[in-house]
Amino acid sequence: MNDKPTLNKTLKAVLYLLPALVIIVTFSIYPIVKSFFMSFYTDYDYFKDLVYARGLDNYKVIFEDPEFWKSLGNTLLFVVGVVPLSIIISLVIATLLNQKIKFRGLFRTIYFLPFVTSVVAVSIVWRWIFHSQYGVLNYFLGLFGISPINWLTDPTWAMPSLVILAIWKGLGYNIIIFLAGLQNINQQYYLAAKIDGAGAWERFKNITVPLLSPTTFFISIVSIINSFKVFDEVYALFGGQPGPAGSAETIVYYIYNKFYGEWDFGVASAAAYVLFLVIFIFTLIQLYFGKKVNY
Amino acid sequence: MKIQLKDITMRFDHTTAVDHLNVTIEEGKLVSLLGPSGCGKSTTLYMLAGLYRPSEGELYFGERLVNKIEPENREIGMVFQNYALYPHLTVLKNIMFPLKMAKVPKKEAEARAKEMAALVQIDHLLDRKPSQLSGGQQQRVAIARALVKKPKLLLLDEPLSNLDARLRLEMREEIRRIQQEVGITTIFVTHDQEEAMSISDHVLLMKDGRMQQYSAPQDMYDYPKNKFVAQFLGNPPINIFPAKLSDDLQTIVLQDTRETLQLEAPISDPAAMNGDYELGIRPEDFYIETDSVKAGLKVETIRVERIGRDNLLNAKLGQINLRAIISPDVKINKGDMITLGIRPGRARLFDSSSGHNLLH
Ligand SMILES: Nc1ncnc2c1ncn2[C@@H]1O[C@H](COP(=O)(O)OP(=O)(O)OP(=O)(O)O)[C@@H](O)[C@H]1O
Ligand SMILES: [Mg+2]
Repeated sequence: MNDKPTLNKTLKAVLYLLPALVIIVTFSIYPIVKSFFMSFYTDYDYFKDLVYARGLDNYKVIFEDPEFWKSLGNTLLFVVGVVPLSIIISLVIATLLNQKIKFRGLFRTIYFLPFVTSVVAVSIVWRWIFHSQYGVLNYFLGLFGISPINWLTDPTWAMPSLVILAIWKGLGYNIIIFLAGLQNINQQYYLAAKIDGAGAWERFKNITVPLLSPTTFFISIVSIINSFKVFDEVYALFGGQPGPAGSAETIVYYIYNKFYGEWDFGVASAAAYVLFLVIFIFTLIQLYFGKKVNY
Repeated sequence: MKIQLKDITMRFDHTTAVDHLNVTIEEGKLVSLLGPSGCGKSTTLYMLAGLYRPSEGELYFGERLVNKIEPENREIGMVFQNYALYPHLTVLKNIMFPLKMAKVPKKEAEARAKEMAALVQIDHLLDRKPSQLSGGQQQRVAIARALVKKPKLLLLDEPLSNLDARLRLEMREEIRRIQQEVGITTIFVTHDQEEAMSISDHVLLMKDGRMQQYSAPQDMYDYPKNKFVAQFLGNPPINIFPAKLSDDLQTIVLQDTRETLQLEAPISDPAAMNGDYELGIRPEDFYIETDSVKAGLKVETIRVERIGRDNLLNAKLGQINLRAIISPDVKINKGDMITLGIRPGRARLFDSSSGHNLLH
């Protein structure tokens, strides 16, 4: 198959690629480009698609908007709350699931379930779990003598609730990826480490963690990117609101609100571009270091 | 440390890899585990290391029953068949790892690791990662890592298989030297008989998980317990001829050519009479008989090859091919009929059904 590309063949290939290409261009590339231009529309008639003025005003608006900074801060808080905990918990569970235990397949399925269930459906269950009077969570805490917490209505606890839900939701995916990473580690290293006098914890620290670091790195970046984009969970958990007193308003919620709530397309696009930039930077880091971290 | 294996057996799902092994290894000895591929050498080593738990039997280190002791508490060093160097650590860190686990202070650990590295001649590679080393260099790192914590028992799983012939020779002498210097009990797995013969105090020869013979290398060569041992050792291999024994229990009749051969003494086991036998003669135990009166085997020359110092004669006795090592002084050509004498006491006789050596 290593003959030269001919015009005929290229045309044929393009024909095969066309359907997917059309969809991607229409629903991904075009919006990305369009919203980039939109972020510079300062005076715009949405219905007639007429632009009266362009400029950097939208960016000025968001950078001067305390709500924007608050939502960005909330998002950062969310990322910091979710990513490390999620990684540690899923690594521990993956390590346990990687042992020779009974019903391993069953456990894997159970842990994978959150990943394949709908956020909206699951959020309803979590609203019940978090319920201040009838929720299981408060019931359990009550067993330890902790008085009920207004998880979803107290501004201090809204973000932790969201973080708990997001961690739970991300476990399945992270565990599967970690399991694949663990299985890629040659068993010989563990045998050698045993001979060299390393106990279980030392083996985990000196063999598993370093040899798993490419996987951990990948998961971190993907989790960070996904956490920056969090929206469904907020929307579903707080019934369409960004938490009590906007305490769980994330950047995507801010964009959503500017767009559908205030019909301020230029500002929404500008905010979206700030988010895009953040994600883009993390993607570059992943691409750059992802190649380096390898044995 | 003295090692005792009592009825050690290892069963996997469908195979018995090691079958009732009974061996005692004296303190400070170097013992080679020898045998064809798949005979259970690595499995035996893994049981000694504690990486496998024997399905049956008892394993003693000194007076201590160690069946249930975890490898990390056995005070052993091991070189794996594929090295198993830690890929994320440099050579120096690899060698230091056992010391780090033993909580040796860093400075001392580094000094000892460097000393070990110098001993195996890799002190110029300390900052490299294992993936940047050749197979032979990796093997030496593995040996250094195994020795650095001064273990009580050193286990080597074919540690020299990836070296070139010269380095191999050098390294095996090195291993022997270190072993004798440290006085460490060592078990050395190999399927290279010459390697086993040259460095070990004792050789344990296995086949299909069973012990065939356990003795000093020269004894094993000279007095093989059975035909398998006789055939496994020696290069070129021993010549085997189907034979019968006449009624006096002392005269062997070769089946093909009806030639006869006198044993020095009647065979010891009269129960084995009247069966089928096999006569085994090593190539170097033949010599060319010039005195036509003396007894010998009349053979037809096929080919004479020069191998190093000697000549290797390929000849035919009836239908059977044989090899003999002969002095290069005698000129022999293809097709020549010659008489081969057998050095006194060097003929072996095996029971052809059980393979037992009937003379020793
Ligand atoms: N983990 C295992 N599970 C099942 N069978 C095994 C396992 N390890 C070894 N065996 C079997 O046990 C037998 C002995 O294997 P072992 O690795 O001890 O051989 P060996 O003498 O070291 O061979 P080689 O010289 O090729 O390394 C083989 O038949 C092998 O297939
Ligand atoms: Mg082996």
